[in-house]
Amino acid sequence: MTQSSRGERLPAANSSPAAPARSAAGAYWRAVSAVLWKDLAAEFRSKELLSAMLVFSLLVVLIFNFALQLDRAARENVAAGVLWVTAVFSGTLGLNRSLSQEKDRGSLDGLLLTPVDRSAIYVGKALGNWLFMLLVQAVILPVFVVLYNQPMLQPLLLVFVVLGTLGYASVGTLLASMAVHSRARDVMLPILLLPVAVPVLVAAVQGSAGVLEQRAWDEISQWFNLLIGYDVIFLAVAYMAFDYVVEE
Amino acid sequence: MIKSDRALHILNMATAALLIVATGLVFLYAPTERTMGAVQRVFYFHVSAAWVGLAAFMVTFVVGIIYLRTGNPRWDRIGHSSVEIGLVFTIMGAASGSIWARPAWNTWWTWDPRLTTYTIMALIYVAYLMLRQGIDDPNRRARFAAIYGIVGFISVPITFFSIRIWRTIHPVVVGTGGGDAAQGSFAMTDPMRTTLLFSVFTFTVVYVCLLANRVRLEELAERVEHLKARLLSA
Repeated sequence: MTQSSRGERLPAANSSPAAPARSAAGAYWRAVSAVLWKDLAAEFRSKELLSAMLVFSLLVVLIFNFALQLDRAARENVAAGVLWVTAVFSGTLGLNRSLSQEKDRGSLDGLLLTPVDRSAIYVGKALGNWLFMLLVQAVILPVFVVLYNQPMLQPLLLVFVVLGTLGYASVGTLLASMAVHSRARDVMLPILLLPVAVPVLVAAVQGSAGVLEQRAWDEISQWFNLLIGYDVIFLAVAYMAFDYVVEE
Repeated sequence: MIKSDRALHILNMATAALLIVATGLVFLYAPTERTMGAVQRVFYFHVSAAWVGLAAFMVTFVVGIIYLRTGNPRWDRIGHSSVEIGLVFTIMGAASGSIWARPAWNTWWTWDPRLTTYTIMALIYVAYLMLRQGIDDPNRRARFAAIYGIVGFISVPITFFSIRIWRTIHPVVVGTGGGDAAQGSFAMTDPMRTTLLFSVFTFTVVYVCLLANRVRLEELAERVEHLKARLLSA
């Protein structure tokens, strides 16, 4: 990506326009953090996205309890699966909102008009979506501990949560930016995203289940590696492809 | 793709002839497998169809990259056509596999990793077609489809390699020289190998033939659109 020439002209959102950018990389990351900061500020003022994701997640957790008739043994077996279904559904909700808001308010065009590398916009948006998914998980995990009586707050499980949501948010942000341009856009995102995100989900679910069942690291490590691999691949592909999504 | 109608006609005829020969080989030339009997004959077209499915999606992946680089709508037409054909062959692969699995595994379907990832792969390309349908602007449609074809293909390798990563009951016949007979694997004899190679070759030609026809159809449709527009504006 050629951010060097265009990127240097960027006045970062929180520094004075006169101050020259110190380096291309610095300018790039200032653009990323400006996009991220914008999303966070908007969210903490309205709180509509996070509250929707949270309430939705809680509902999913409770509905699973009825749907699967969970007794103690069943709870232990399905806890990892339910956790990730919750994360995926609420994540889809968040991804959809985060991009359709930009489009409806016309702020996406504004973002694209700024003289920054387009991939910086992608990275900022993806980081924001990732952060929202993590925040929801931070609330949901303790709820799981209470309702499912599972030792969810283990360091290794948290690692899987962090990596799994990263992979999901990275490819999800790319696909959401495509889905908002289609006719049936609210329906389109899950249809596009779920099959593609399957490798990440499989690795995350299997890894989390392995941690909960206290299996040896040898058995979990292959899922860990798969997850890392797909995180890197999805991030790289989405980073490169985003330019083509927003080009007019 | 193929410019002259005459060349396309010859290709059609050759494809039909190859298909007849391949069918003959499968039923008359290849020997009957000892434990599984006649149902094993489905294997030749099953592998060929699954191979064409994968290859077609790979073509979409490659022309997707070329399209994003060049912006030539010709590559988009090939990518789109290839997905349609690949989807048909994927379904053929699943159906023929089911016919074999009923006697061999005693079930039409099982939630085996290989079968599951194969189905998800098919769903990715159903989503690809839905995405195309949902976007009106032709340039944007082509761009998004190319990107989705690239992102989607990343999930296909795990389909292909899941057989080795996961514990699966799907047999690995090619390249193992035997394998686990309890899963329905077997050692191929030379006539079997010949039949398999010929079937794979035939199906690949069928794919190329369908692709050429499909792309030509798309080009004709586009020409009709142009002529219509000219007629209305005149």
